[in-house]
Amino acid sequence: MFRRIYQWLDERLNIGPLWRDLADHEVPEHVNPAHHFSAFVYCFGGLTFFITVIQILSGMFLTMYYVPDILNAYQSVKYLQNEVAFGVIVRGMHHWGASLVIVMMFLHTLRVFFTGAYKSPREMNWVVGMLLFFVMLGLGFTGYLLPWDQKAYWATQVGVKIAGSVPLIGPYIETFLKGGDVLGAQTLARFFAIHVFFLPGVLLALMGVHFILIRRQGISGPL
Amino acid sequence: MAGRHEKDVEYVGDSRVIKRRGGPLTPPDYTEFPGKTEPFYPNFLLKEWMIAVVSLVAFLVLTMAHPSPLEAPANPNDTSYTPLPDWYFFFLYQLLKYEYTSGPYTVVGTILIPGLAFAALLLAPWLDRGPKRRPKDRPVATSLMLLALAAIVFLTWAAVDEHQKHMASQGGGSGAPTVEVSPDAPEGEKIWAKQTTCQGCHGVDLKGSGFAPSLEHVGSNLSQEQIVDIIKNGKGQMPPGQFQGSEEELQKLAEWLAQKK
Repeated sequence: MFRRIYQWLDERLNIGPLWRDLADHEVPEHVNPAHHFSAFVYCFGGLTFFITVIQILSGMFLTMYYVPDILNAYQSVKYLQNEVAFGVIVRGMHHWGASLVIVMMFLHTLRVFFTGAYKSPREMNWVVGMLLFFVMLGLGFTGYLLPWDQKAYWATQVGVKIAGSVPLIGPYIETFLKGGDVLGAQTLARFFAIHVFFLPGVLLALMGVHFILIRRQGISGPL
Repeated sequence: MAGRHEKDVEYVGDSRVIKRRGGPLTPPDYTEFPGKTEPFYPNFLLKEWMIAVVSLVAFLVLTMAHPSPLEAPANPNDTSYTPLPDWYFFFLYQLLKYEYTSGPYTVVGTILIPGLAFAALLLAPWLDRGPKRRPKDRPVATSLMLLALAAIVFLTWAAVDEHQKHMASQGGGSGAPTVEVSPDAPEGEKIWAKQTTCQGCHGVDLKGSGFAPSLEHVGSNLSQEQIVDIIKNGKGQMPPGQFQGSEEELQKLAEWLAQKK
């Protein structure tokens, strides 16, 4: 059944090479924890991706209830947390996942650094990975404001003030982040937009490049 | 799963780069590596999936054991709140608290040190160009990274430590106050110990704060019914519906508070 669907598609689209790229490749022994337990350090990248997928899915469900305006944001989160079936779990996954994805990404970065995997010819993928790290931190910063509770409000107030203390461009960054002179309705609306549309778009594009590069160049050899 | 076009091209390594293009773009062929290779699909993917499932279960246990926190609604007038960023920003935040990174030197803490560190990280492949990959064979890169790691761990610890000391000196406020209740304490006191939102303003010890009254003698002014009404509907700056728990627990809490005379 699946074979016939595959053949039908393959006759029209030549998906053989695509399939080969995606799944039909060999995994060398030095990255396989089944052969060397210490190779578990090679799992962190995959786990980062796995948790990112969880973040995207749980985030999609959260937007079904979340209302990005200052009067209703807090109440909608509270309702989601206390009234909605499994709301506490979905929000919990997004909340803890945000920390976990940073941890996994950090460990993945350290693995790449200490195995020297960023060396020629993989310099570009390292840079893409660094950009991914910044995007993730941006997602963390913008997402922190969205529940609009005391912690969110005051932490963002401090973060924006620190950004504003940068010489020359600081005041412009501050105005851009706040969307005006005060941290309020405009800020919440644009943090929501940045958190839900802009940064995830950049994230997916960079992840695409990250994965295409690793398939093109192959994983780095054993030490 | 071979498509009919597969016969027309010869692949190199694990990628769809076609052999005749060859040249420096050719990815390594893993058959050249020592040891056993394994197909990604389905063998390796299955193992990866098992690791992912174990992680997912641990993650769900964490999620269920610790529901994500939600404090009182944002109150821009409450300047007594002690703000704290998310934990992975602690080290950047703490960096701004030292003599040569704050005040007139703020630019050192906001731009210079983080900027240099992140630029070095971004350009690492061009700064660390030698062909050797083992950490021992590139002592400069390894020791710099270990130093940065130690600095991050220290600054994160310092931020937590400072925040905890600050909270202890304030007695309540934000953060996660820890309340110890003896097992034979009244039911109402046990319920109060769980109400972190209420404690955020009224203090763990009911002593109140700059923006919420003390509850130590609330019973001399209000009856149990009036307390229930205020908890449910709010009063003045106090927002409604902050109580977390059942109606029965609310009544017990109000009964306990009404006895505070």
